[in-house]
Amino acid sequence: MIASVAQAEDVKFNRDIRPLLSDRCFHCHGPGDGDRQADLRLDRADGPQGAYREEAGVIAIKPGSLNESELWARITSTDPDVVMPPPDSHKEPLDEKEQKLIKKWIEAGAPYEDFWAFVTPTMPELPQNVDGAPIDRFVRRRLANEGLSPSARADKRTLIRRVTFDLTGLPPTREEIHAFLVDDSPQAFEKVVDRLLESPHYGEHMAKYWLDLVRFADTNGIHHDHYRDLSPYRDWVIRSFNDNLPYDDFTRYQLAGDLYPEPTRDQLVASGFHRLHLIIDRGTALPEESFTRNVIDRVTSVGTAFMGLTVQCAVCHDHKYDPFTMRDFYSLSAFFNNIDANPETGGRSGTDFLRGLQTPYINLTTDDQDARLNELARQVEQSQVAISEIRKQQKELEGDKEADKKSDEYKKAAAELASRLKQVEAELKAIEKTRDDLLMSIPGAMVMKERSEVRPTHILVRGAYDNPGEEVHRASPAFLPPMPESDETRSRMDLANWFVSRDNPLTARVTVNRFWQQLFGVGIVRTAEDFGAQGEWPTHPDLLDYLAVRFMDSGWDVKALMKEIVLSETYQQTSSASREQFLQDPSNRLLARGSRFRMDSEIIRDQILATSGLLNEELYGKSVKPPQPEGLWQAVSMPSSYPRAFEADSGDKIYRRSVYTFWKRGMPPPQMTILNAPSREECIARRERTNTPLQALLLLNETEYLKAARQLALNILADESISSENRLDAMAETVTTQLPSDSERTAYQHLITDLTDIYSKSPELANQLCQGVELPDGVSAPELSAWTMLASTLYNLDVTKTRQ
Amino acid sequence: MNDTLHSHEWAQARRQFLKTTGMGLGATVLGALLPQNTAAREPKNFMTGQPPKAKRVIFLFMAGAPSQLDMFDYKPDLEKQFKKPLPPSVSMGQRVTAMTRGKEQLVAPSMYKFAPQGQSGIPMCELLPHLSTVADDLCIVNSFNTNAINHDPAKTFLCTGSEIPGRASMGAWLSYGLGTMNQDLPDFVVLTSAYWTGGTRNVQALYSRLWGSGPLPSKYQGVKFQTSGDPVLFLSNPQGIDSQIRRRMLDTVSEVNRGDFARIGDPEIETTIAQQEMAFRMQSSVPELTDVSGEPEHILDLYGPEVTKNGSFARNCLLARRMVERGVRFIQIFHRGWDHHSVLPKQLPGQCFDIDQPSAALISDLKQRGLLEDTLIVFAGEFGRTAYGQGTLKRDDYGRDHHPRCFSGWLAGGGIKGGQIYGQTDDFSYNVIENPVAVRDLHATMLHQLGIDHERLTFPFQGLDQRLTGVEPARVVHDILS
Repeated sequence: MIASVAQAEDVKFNRDIRPLLSDRCFHCHGPGDGDRQADLRLDRADGPQGAYREEAGVIAIKPGSLNESELWARITSTDPDVVMPPPDSHKEPLDEKEQKLIKKWIEAGAPYEDFWAFVTPTMPELPQNVDGAPIDRFVRRRLANEGLSPSARADKRTLIRRVTFDLTGLPPTREEIHAFLVDDSPQAFEKVVDRLLESPHYGEHMAKYWLDLVRFADTNGIHHDHYRDLSPYRDWVIRSFNDNLPYDDFTRYQLAGDLYPEPTRDQLVASGFHRLHLIIDRGTALPEESFTRNVIDRVTSVGTAFMGLTVQCAVCHDHKYDPFTMRDFYSLSAFFNNIDANPETGGRSGTDFLRGLQTPYINLTTDDQDARLNELARQVEQSQVAISEIRKQQKELEGDKEADKKSDEYKKAAAELASRLKQVEAELKAIEKTRDDLLMSIPGAMVMKERSEVRPTHILVRGAYDNPGEEVHRASPAFLPPMPESDETRSRMDLANWFVSRDNPLTARVTVNRFWQQLFGVGIVRTAEDFGAQGEWPTHPDLLDYLAVRFMDSGWDVKALMKEIVLSETYQQTSSASREQFLQDPSNRLLARGSRFRMDSEIIRDQILATSGLLNEELYGKSVKPPQPEGLWQAVSMPSSYPRAFEADSGDKIYRRSVYTFWKRGMPPPQMTILNAPSREECIARRERTNTPLQALLLLNETEYLKAARQLALNILADESISSENRLDAMAETVTTQLPSDSERTAYQHLITDLTDIYSKSPELANQLCQGVELPDGVSAPELSAWTMLASTLYNLDVTKTRQ
Repeated sequence: MNDTLHSHEWAQARRQFLKTTGMGLGATVLGALLPQNTAAREPKNFMTGQPPKAKRVIFLFMAGAPSQLDMFDYKPDLEKQFKKPLPPSVSMGQRVTAMTRGKEQLVAPSMYKFAPQGQSGIPMCELLPHLSTVADDLCIVNSFNTNAINHDPAKTFLCTGSEIPGRASMGAWLSYGLGTMNQDLPDFVVLTSAYWTGGTRNVQALYSRLWGSGPLPSKYQGVKFQTSGDPVLFLSNPQGIDSQIRRRMLDTVSEVNRGDFARIGDPEIETTIAQQEMAFRMQSSVPELTDVSGEPEHILDLYGPEVTKNGSFARNCLLARRMVERGVRFIQIFHRGWDHHSVLPKQLPGQCFDIDQPSAALISDLKQRGLLEDTLIVFAGEFGRTAYGQGTLKRDDYGRDHHPRCFSGWLAGGGIKGGQIYGQTDDFSYNVIENPVAVRDLHATMLHQLGIDHERLTFPFQGLDQRLTGVEPARVVHDILS
């Protein structure tokens, strides 16, 4: 592995020692109060429990003296009763290398450091003995230290493919490729970058990552797993990235959009962030338990998305590794437990249920719709008044003691009233139906809404909803820079402002790290979801701080950040290297080459749609259901789940980008999950990437993907501007951005020849493959079939599914 | 030989992992996934060091929670308590669901008869005549207990060891720990029923997280076989492509991929080539597995009349046996429909009919092939049902609410001592009074039988060494082992 700790000449506490102590010792000698042994904590030097303290003549760590340091005796002992960590802890003993590090550190005076991620970042000095833009300098300094050098710039075709996918999630068109190739100006690449940042597809692509992080989906995720419509929130995320909403506002809107003095519609929709958690439908669980579950889920998502910390560990006990206590968790939860909403979704009827909504929500009406709704409300009221008037008259009539109830006159009056009542009731029903139909066509956005009175918050003993302990008040975690002094109860807006204040050590770092991860496949801190003691030390700490400070200085300008990174020479390096170099640094942490990693499921699908010309580029709106194999939902749904059976959409809806695909948490679309898309049941800051036979089967056999291959073949064969000799090149260029090499061209030609031959001998197969297609002039079914299989061949290449 | 088994399997798992992730030669399974500062460590040896008693597991999951009182936990004296309030000394004010909160808790005795069966003479319910014939192979546990009172969290808890969605499931842990035993099939297969004799009104939802890999690499997640269409998603060539054409096309794909590998150098390309070839092999190995036309008549008869239906519990049991023969490590069969809040006597016989003969057949079929001894079979739901009735309460018409404090199931094969009942509940089948078996104990015991120390099989995630048995102490239930 790279960055082997042992090669460091100077031992650093944060980089080298803290991870060892955290992993082996903190469980019993760390920040958590619950399991602490011997009243000793090794996460701090001083204080009555600190590592330097003397108790009964024993000192855990005596700076500068191995002999007097009990810790050294314990970690090097072979006596099972003495050695640390003890055998029954199931923690590995420290190996020789690790012991050596501890030795060096103690001998050097055992200096402690504050944990890096909890210290406000400052602008680091730029490395002086290397060239290039700031990003490149930080990267090259590390490379030089490791005795490595950067790679050459990638060729232009690779570059435009890489940056187009990285910024829009779509491939470059042939026209875009050619325009870039002929542009010899020094700004050619920058022009491409500027064009891409202005594309509306940029926002869709950026949103994809954010939606993983906040577990966006289209169903409740628990019990019946009913429909839940959060699509206006998604639209807002896409628009925000496209409009380059500053990231501090992006944060404020989501955490506290509802608390602006006069919130805009966007701010309210963004506060729907707090409604994205899993939620159970009413009936079986205890509402107070559901309530607690929702609050914990909400705080957990804030921890992952904005703090990069695993705060949920402190639901039941103080964090074992980070100085995050139960008090911190519940004080934080006090900001998020005051929602004015039921903790469970309602019954199974009514327009709210059918629209996938639960109060509080706002109707995203146009002015016309508002007027129409008002008018209908007036008519409803009118009818109701009329009805009660008739009922009153009926009562009067019945109660009239004078009247002869058998007389024709009486009967006639009674019948008249009854018929009028029937008529008005029918009218009312019709009006209500008109209103409901109209409502069904109007998107609604669930929002956050504060109760007027602040709900008291208690520490929940062992995290149990029914075991409240000490009362706590709204506060930010005690180990981070404090919120400004205030006598008033703090609001979520105060908290949001604290998150994006210059002093906050986490928000900017965590954010730039995720954007970096998006562009390089792995973050500067690999554990993008955990910046705590058990997370990973950054490969380039100064670079991370440079980017974080620069990001804040720019006014949290996301597009500027993305632009600076992709314009760096580090980003533009070739990703080809020797096998040995790949083995030495498999995930390219040192950045001695361009990164190479398999694209996410959405990008793979969107690429197939885009290159085949099927892609429907419409932006925004409700989720859509592209076809999937039958029976998947039925196999997991309940008879009264809504919706229960999957019904694919039709028309060009099924060719919309994957970010709009309907996401049932209980059974997400297999085209996505087979390629590592998460279920959206919890917040995911990074997806893993595997390479499995099921993925191979998906790309080979998914019928929509094959139809797209056929469409591409049709496009190429029917395009009169492409000569027959140029077809191979055009198709390969469309899919892979590259022109085929001579040997590839020969291989493709042989494939076409062989398959045309096979299909000519098996016309029934050719007819099946070409079913429903009008053949272009001069093209036979076997020919189209062979070209379809060539397109499918291209879609199944490793280089096609890989960003490189 | 057994001494080397685990190290051999470990080496195999490791090779497989390196192969399929392209991690390269220098990395180790854990090392490659740990934070880099601790990566220099060798992988922990999580094997117990004792010879494993089982190589594989079939988990028959009764989703919806069958009534232990009406199937396994025989309480003849309850008859006298009919419609009497459950004593507060028994219920102890424990939490109930929203459905029966604040309502009177009146005892509903089971209307079913039990009789001693087999040489061991353990009492078996009349609804389970076929299982009664293999009573001497069963270890019935009446003292299972769980934390959760509602289906979703309880199912998630049983399948992944945590109520919080997103943890690795039992099969994923095994697949991760022990690696693969075959080259052409997944290690972890999930089968669900599509037919219910007792009707569909109690069929509860399932979630793919129940067989998910959580933070483990997703190659370890269960592969759910479909009851209609392709058994494995996207297995078949689409119309217009036969295997000759597929082979010809794949040859070109491989040729170009190999050329790209020579040029680019990334070993991940080699993995892609290998996985495409595996996919091609699965196109014949999976249909061979699911095609039961070669099974002789007497074997089909053994599993009962439903075996002819694709998607029946019986068919799934037969498929499980075929998978065991072909080296699948963990097979989990979900049969839903046990959530009997009302009219239990109308619904339960159908449910029991669905599972009785096929699960008995699975035991005897594996036994006659010599496979039962190293195949562990587990039968359990996510919790039990209350001794007090819900809704109408007559001798022959009653329902039962959710009950986490005790539930019943059984284990067989794989080093389990058959013909015994383990664990005891009080007179009301309400609280465990002897030998409790928590869900984590069941997990620990399963892992133990496969040679794994549950405390050592870990994976770092969210700052903790995650394990299937969680953070509370878990015990291997040695009393039920042979």
